[in-house]
Amino acid sequence: MERLLEVKDLAVSFQTYYGEVEAVRGISFHVNKGETVAIVGESGCGKSVTANSIMQLLPMPPAFYKRGQILFEGEDIVKKSEKEMQRIRGNKISMIFQDPMTSLNPTMKVGKQIVEGLKKHQKLSSSQAEKKAIEMLELVAVPQPEKRIKQYPHEFSGGMRQRVMIALAMVSNPRLLIADEPTTALDVTVQAQILDLMKEIQEKLGTSIILITHDLGVVADMCDRVIVMYAGKILEEGTVDEIFENPKHPYTRKLLGSVPRLDMDRSETLFSIKGTPPDLYKPPKGCPFFDRCDKAMVICKDHMPGKASHSKSHYSSCWLNHPMAKKDAEGSEE
Amino acid sequence: MDSNTIYTKEMFQKAPRELRESETIKRPSISYWSDVWRRLKLNKLAMAGLVILIILGIMSIIGPYMSDFSYYEQDYSAINLRPNKSYWFGTDELGRDLFSRVWLGTRYSLFIGIAAALIDFGIGVIYGGIAGMASKRVDAIMMRIAEVIYSIPYMLIVVLISVVFSSTGAGTSMFVLILAMTITGWVPMANLVRGQVLQLKESEYSMASESLGASKSWILKKHIIPNTLGPILVNVTLTIPRAIFSEATLSFMSLGLQAPRPSLGTLVSDGLAVMPIGLFYQILIPAIIISLVMFSFNVLGDGLRDALDPRLRK
Amino acid sequence: MSKYFVRRLAMSVVTLWVIVTITFILMHSVPGNPFANENKNIPEVVYQNLLKKYGLDKPLSEQYLIYLKNIVRWDFGESMKSNTETVNEMIARGFPVSAQLGLQALLIALIIGPALGAIAALYQNRFPDYISMIVSIIGVSVPSFVMGTFLIQFVARNVDWLPIGGWGEWRHTILPSFALALMPLAQIARLMRSSMLEVLGQDYIKTAKSKGISRTAVILKHAVRNAILPVVSILGTTVSNLLVGSFVIEKIFGVPGLGMFFVNSIYNRDYTLIMGVTVFYAIILISMLFIVDIAYTLIDPRIRLTKEGR
Repeated sequence: MERLLEVKDLAVSFQTYYGEVEAVRGISFHVNKGETVAIVGESGCGKSVTANSIMQLLPMPPAFYKRGQILFEGEDIVKKSEKEMQRIRGNKISMIFQDPMTSLNPTMKVGKQIVEGLKKHQKLSSSQAEKKAIEMLELVAVPQPEKRIKQYPHEFSGGMRQRVMIALAMVSNPRLLIADEPTTALDVTVQAQILDLMKEIQEKLGTSIILITHDLGVVADMCDRVIVMYAGKILEEGTVDEIFENPKHPYTRKLLGSVPRLDMDRSETLFSIKGTPPDLYKPPKGCPFFDRCDKAMVICKDHMPGKASHSKSHYSSCWLNHPMAKKDAEGSEE
Repeated sequence: MDSNTIYTKEMFQKAPRELRESETIKRPSISYWSDVWRRLKLNKLAMAGLVILIILGIMSIIGPYMSDFSYYEQDYSAINLRPNKSYWFGTDELGRDLFSRVWLGTRYSLFIGIAAALIDFGIGVIYGGIAGMASKRVDAIMMRIAEVIYSIPYMLIVVLISVVFSSTGAGTSMFVLILAMTITGWVPMANLVRGQVLQLKESEYSMASESLGASKSWILKKHIIPNTLGPILVNVTLTIPRAIFSEATLSFMSLGLQAPRPSLGTLVSDGLAVMPIGLFYQILIPAIIISLVMFSFNVLGDGLRDALDPRLRK
Repeated sequence: MSKYFVRRLAMSVVTLWVIVTITFILMHSVPGNPFANENKNIPEVVYQNLLKKYGLDKPLSEQYLIYLKNIVRWDFGESMKSNTETVNEMIARGFPVSAQLGLQALLIALIIGPALGAIAALYQNRFPDYISMIVSIIGVSVPSFVMGTFLIQFVARNVDWLPIGGWGEWRHTILPSFALALMPLAQIARLMRSSMLEVLGQDYIKTAKSKGISRTAVILKHAVRNAILPVVSILGTTVSNLLVGSFVIEKIFGVPGLGMFFVNSIYNRDYTLIMGVTVFYAIILISMLFIVDIAYTLIDPRIRLTKEGR
C-alpha cells in the first residue's frame, strides 16, 4: 500500500517558565492511503501535539520541533514555510477539533466558514461557493441546508456543529483528515452518528484519517490500525485485531481493561489505571509507564526498551519482550 | 536500547515497591498567593509602579516636614521663585513653599483616592453580597437600581454635588469630595461581588470540595476568598487613580479642595494660571507627580490582574 | 429584539428622570437661593422680581413640575447671568463647537486605538507591543489637562501653524482634538489588546488557520471581527469620558464650546445654566449609551438571539 504520511523520530517540546516540556519524544509511524489510524492514549500523552504538529498549528514559540521528519507525500512538513503550509492546510490536510461549541467563529455565517478555505484554494466565485456549501451540508446530513448556511453557529446544536466542522474539513476533499477527539464533547448517541458519518464520507471520498482519541470503544468500529501513545512515546502499535486480541504492552492491556464491554460478566471489575502519567517537564529515563506498571522490572526504571516486532504490523516497546524476562509474565491476564 | 548495556538477571527481577515510588518527580507545587506574587515580580512595569508608589507614599508622609517652610506660610519677598537651595521646588504666586505643598498635595490626593476606593469597596461588598444571597426577586430589583445609578454620568453628578456644597470659589471639603466620588463608583464593585457570590454558591469546585467533606470555613478560606479577593483587589487598585483624576479635574473647575489646602489637582490648576508668564516649573512638578501616581496605580492594577489570571499561569 | 428595545428605552427614560430629579433637588438645596447668596445689596423689590422671573417664589413641588414640563418641551429657561441669551441659545451656540471637537477626537480614538491594540497583541512582548503599550500607558496616566498644557508648551509654541488656542479655522482643532482623544484612545488600545489576545487563543482561530487561509485573513476576518466587540460595548463610556475631557480641554485651549460654558457657569454660579447644561449632557449621554447598546446587539449575533428571548 502507498504511504501518505510518514513520521520519523518526531520530537516536539515546549519552552516554559519551568523549563523544557518534552511533549513528544521521538515517535515514528505511518499512514497509508485510504487508511484510518487511531492514536490512543490518556490526556497529556502527546497525541494532540502530534496531530497539531502535522499541520504546523502549534504556537511557535513556545513550541518547537526538536528533531525528526513529517513526510507528507514525500515532502517534509517540518521544513515548510508558513506560506507553503497555507497551501497544504485545508486543502490536502484538514482537521476537526474536539469542541464544536468553540471551534466555529461565532460572528461568521456557517456557510461562509465552510467554503472560506476552498474559495482560496480553488478560486471559486461566490455563487459556486454557496452551492458547494449547500452540497457539503447535504453530505453531512444537516437538514434544510439552504437556510442553514445563512445562520450563525450558536443556532446549531453541538452535534450539528460537529457536522458543520466535518463539512468544513472535507470541503476541499483532502488526502488526510486529522480528527482530534471529534466526539469527546458530544452526547453518546450523537457520538455514534458522527462516527458513522465520518466512516461514510471516508468510503465515499477515500480520505485517510488519523483519529485521535482516548476512547478505545471508538477505535474498534472505525479504525484499521491503532497506535498507543504514553508520555510522548509510542508504546505499541498494530492492527485493530492485533491490539484488541493480543495486546503486548501492559499499558495497552490496562487501557483495554478500562473499557466496559457488553459481554462482560457483572462480577468482573472495571479497571482503572492507578496513578497519573509522568510529568514531561522531567521525563523519566526509562519506561514512562514504570511507576504504574505492575509487571515493572528493575531494568525498566533507567532503560527505555526498544521496539520489538510481533508481526509485520505489530510492534511494542516493553522489556517483557526481552528473552531474559520471565516468560510466564507474558500473555497472562490479571 | 544501549548496545553497551550488559543485561544481568537481576535487571529482570520484579521492581521492588520503593524503587517505583521514588519515581515521583513532580514540578514544585506553588501556593496560590506566592505564585501570584512570583508572577507579579516578573512584571517589571508593575514592580516599578509599586516602588514608585512606596516612594511617593513615604514622601507624602515625611515630605512636608522636610522643608523649612510650611505649606500655607506666605512670603511676599519670595514669590514665584524658581527651584533653589532653600526652596527645592520653588515658590508660588503667594510665596508659598512648593516643596511642602506638593508633598502635602500628594498626601491629600492619595488620601482621597484611597478613601474613595475603600468606601466603594465597603458599599459594593455589602450591596453586592446582599443581592447575591437574597432571593431572585430582590436580587433583580437591586440590580436594576444599581444599573440605573451606574448609567448616571458620574462626573456630572460629582460636579453638581461639589457646586452645591462649595460656597463660591472657596473649594470643597474633603468629605464632600470623597462622597461625590463614591456616588456611582460602588456599582462595579457590587456587580463583581454579586457575580462572585452567585458563581461560588453554585460552582462545581465548591460543590466538589463539599462532597469531599470540606467544611464551610475551609471552602471560604481556600476557594471563595482567593477567588473573590483577586478581582476586588484589581478593582480597588484601578479605582484609586480614577478618584484622584476626578478630584484633579474638579480642582481644575475650581471645585477642588478648599484653599490653602493643596491637592495635586489644585497645584496643577494654580500652575496653569502662571504658565503664560513663563513659570513652567510650577505646573511641571505637580503634573509629573500626578502622572506618576496614575501610572503606578494603573500598571500595578494591570499587573495584578495578569498575575491573578490563572489562564496566564505559565 | 423589539422587546429588548422597548425595555432598554424604558430604562433610559427612567435613568434620565432620575438624573433630572437629582439635579433639581441638588440645585435647590443650595443654601439660601442664588440671589440671596451673592448680591446682598440688591433692593428688596428687585429681589422679589428676580425670584418671580425665575419662578423661585412658587412652592418647590410646583417648581419641580414646571421644570419637568419645560424639559419635555426642550426649554431650559433663562440664564441667570446673561441678559442676552437663553440657556437654549447658549447650548445651540456651544454644542456644535463641542460636537465637532468631540467627533474629531472620537474618530482619532476609534481609528488609532483598535489598530494599536491589535498590533500590540499580534506582536505580544515584542517591539510594536512595547511602543503601543507606552503610548497607552501615557494616555491613561497623564490627565488630559496636563497633556493639554504640555501640548501648548512644547508643540504649539514651537510649530508656527499650530495655534496656542482659539477657534475658527480647522488648524485650531488639531491640538485640542488630540489632547482630548489620547485618554479614550489609550483605553481602547488596552481593551483591544487584551480582547485580541483572548480571541487569538480561541479554538475558532485554530480552525481558521487549519483552513489554510492567509494570516491576514485570519486576523482581519476572524480575530479582529470578534475582538472589537468589547470595544464597541464601551463606546458609551468613551463618549462620556470625551465629554468630561472637553470641560478641561476647551478651557485650556480657549475653545468656545459647551464645556467652556459649563465651567464658566460654575465659576459664575449661573444655576439655571448649570442645570440646563447638566440635563442636556445627560440626555446626550443616555442616548449614546442607548444607541451603543442597541448597535452592539445588532453586531453580535449571539446577543441578538438571547435578548430576543427576554
